Order: sequence, then structure tokens, then C-alpha cells
Amino acid sequence: MLEGVDLVLRPETTALLGPSGSGKSTLLRLLNRLADPDEGVVRYHGRDVRELDPLELRRRVALVPQLPAPVEGSVADNVGYGPALAGRSVDAERPLSLAGLGREFAERDASKLSVGEQQRVMLARALALEPEVLLLDEPTAALDAEARDAVERALTGLTGVTMVLVTHERAQAERLAQRVVEIREGRIA
Amino acid sequence: MSSVSISLGEVAAALALVAVAAVVSFWRRAELETDLGIAVLRSFVQLTAVGYVIQAIFDSDSLWLVAALLAGMVAFGAFTARGRAKAVPGALGPIALALSLAAVATLALVLALGVFDAEPRYLVPVGGMVIGNSMTAAAVALNRLADEVDSGRARIEAVLALGASSRQAARGLVTRSLRSGMIPLIDSTKTTGVVFFPGTMVGMLIAGAEPIDAVRLQLILLWVLLGSVALAALVSVSLAYRGFFTPAHQLREPA
Repeated sequence: MLEGVDLVLRPETTALLGPSGSGKSTLLRLLNRLADPDEGVVRYHGRDVRELDPLELRRRVALVPQLPAPVEGSVADNVGYGPALAGRSVDAERPLSLAGLGREFAERDASKLSVGEQQRVMLARALALEPEVLLLDEPTAALDAEARDAVERALTGLTGVTMVLVTHERAQAERLAQRVVEIREGRIA
Repeated sequence: MSSVSISLGEVAAALALVAVAAVVSFWRRAELETDLGIAVLRSFVQLTAVGYVIQAIFDSDSLWLVAALLAGMVAFGAFTARGRAKAVPGALGPIALALSLAAVATLALVLALGVFDAEPRYLVPVGGMVIGNSMTAAAVALNRLADEVDSGRARIEAVLALGASSRQAARGLVTRSLRSGMIPLIDSTKTTGVVFFPGTMVGMLIAGAEPIDAVRLQLILLWVLLGSVALAALVSVSLAYRGFFTPAHQLREPA
């Protein structure tokens, strides 16, 4: 699906831009080892990711999925889920506010929120891990314009985190990213 | 227990009721006459053969032969259950282990508690029931597991992406699959004696046993089955979920 990809991602926001089926989501999944390449190497800070603990890698390189997939329970349960897996507890308020959600959301049932709010919970949930890298897989594809703007505002406000954004929308790539990498038919265009 | 004696003539007479089925099929053009014939022939041949095998084992009074027969049942049951849970990668090992463990653990417990004596007369039919019911429970549970993974891929990967191990990511699915495997027997145990009479009791009553003896034996068997089915579902699902993941906690692509 991907071939001959040679790419160095720097500490900035990079957009992987391309039509659906071009392989950009596959590329994203290689970065946190949800999948492995048949050939070639993915390196993180110079080390082959296959030498790293995959669970630790995924905490440092956190993914926001294309569709919200909340775990059962409150918003706070969702935000605390990742850190709890690593044996840490976290105050939900800070990640929620980074994602543009007020503290009043913390006790609400995550499954009862709108899709736009749920997607911001997904962002807060990833940010609660305090990752170095944030992977965003079409984070606004399922949202209306208003909800998209809210998510984009939250992303623009983030500092100190490297972002890799997968999108099929050139305008969004240009709004959010310092660097745009175009992917077509599994190759960098 | 009093014994019954049934002549081949009496068995043949029961064929009259198969004729009723054949007439119904012919009259309503269900085209099942051939299948009915095959079913009658196979049931006659298979049951007669197994009757002689069991008779030989009873006569020999050898526990080794009992163990060999039960091992054969486990192998046959494991292949059958695997056939019904094709979507689960590498399911044969977990199923075989689940059936063996269910059979060994429940029979050992029943013997240790002195419910039955260690004689082929008890071990063969009880072992057969345990393995048969465990096979169904494992197949149902694994089928559900495959459905859960199939419909929940996005959710599972979202949780893996937060640093969950495959075991943590599968916890909810494993629980729901375990429930699916156990609920049918729990439900049929709840309705037993009201909606249907279990086979053992029917057989004992026909054979002339006192109803209260038939009931006690049936209770023992029902309760033994509950334990073995729970074990089989637990072991098969707890081992088989791993087949969906790689050692690096990645969800495998569907085959």
C-alpha cells in the first residue's frame, strides 16, 4: 500500500495530505506501531520503533482516531483512561481545557455527548498522556463546520507537542500545518 | 437400578414414526425423504457401533480405555467447535485445552467428592456429556468473540493507541463472549423440569428407576455441567483472544 516513503518528521505540525485510500492513514499507523511495515524501518529519536516497548511508544506518540471511540463511563473516566493504564492518575481539568471543554463536562456520560464534543474528549484523552507527538487521523472528518472549528481552535492553541495530521482537505492542511506532505497512491508526491 | 430389555423388533416398530415424517415430507414436497433415510441409517449404525464400543469398555473395566475414549471425544469436539468458530485465528489449541480441562477437572472433582465411583459405567456417559456441552459453550463463546472483534475494531485500536495491552483492550470482549457461552446452559438449567425433561431423567424413568433417584442424578449432572461449561468457556476465550493480536499488541488484519 505504501512504497518508497522516505520522510523525516520534525518538531512542528506536518500535514499528510491526500485522497482517501492514498495510504496516509496507514503511514500514521506505522508511527505508533499499530501496524508494522513489510519492509523498511520507522525510527523514533533515531531508534527502530521495534526495539521500543510498544505500549510506552503509544503513550509518547498518542493517536486521536478518526471517529470518537469513548470507553464506557464519564468524560473524566475517558480522560483518565490512558494514564490509569500506566498507573498514573490525572486531573481531567487541564487536558479538557486544552481540548476546549469546560470542567463541567468531566462528570457527564461520554456516550451521551455530541460527536463534536466526543471528538474533543478524544483529543483531551490523548493529551492526558502528555505525549511528545500527537497523531491526528482525519480528526474533523465526521464533524460539522462549527464542531470542526472548535477542534481546530484547540489544535492551534497547543504548544510543545509535535503534530502529524492526516487530512484529505488542502485548506485544513494549510490552516493547521507548517509543512504539507502530499501522498498519492502510496508514494510521497 | 432396574434394567430394561428392548428387542430389535421394538426398535423397528419405532420406524413407523419415521414413516410419518417421510409422508409429511412427500406430501408437502419438502424433499427431505433422502435426508430422513440417511439420518435413520446413520443413527442406527453410529449408535449401534458406539453401543458395542461402550459395552467392550464396560466389560474390560479398564480406566485407560475410558481415558482413550474421552480423549477421542475431546479431539472430535475440538475440531467440531473450531469449524463453528472459523473466524478465530488458531482456535484449535485453546478449544482442545478448554475441553480437556473441563473434562478432567469436573470428573476429578466428582470422583474426589464421591459422587460417582471410578467406573466406566459412570465416567463414559458423564464425560461425554461434559465434553459435548463444553464444546457447544466454547463454540458459542468463540463465535461471539469473533463478532465482537469484527464489529469493535475501531474501538479496540483506539484503546491500544492509548497504551493498553492486548489483554486490557480485549477485557470487555472477553467478558461478553464468556457470558454468551454460559447463558444458554444457565437458562436451560433454570427451566429444567418445567419446559423440558432432561434426557438422563427421562431415560431413568423409562428404565424403571424411582423418580426421586432420577431427580437426584439429574441434579448432579446439571450442576456438574454448569461448572464444566463455565470452565470451558473461560479457558477457550481467555486463550483464543490472543490469536487476534500480535505480540507487539497490534490488532491483526482480518484473514
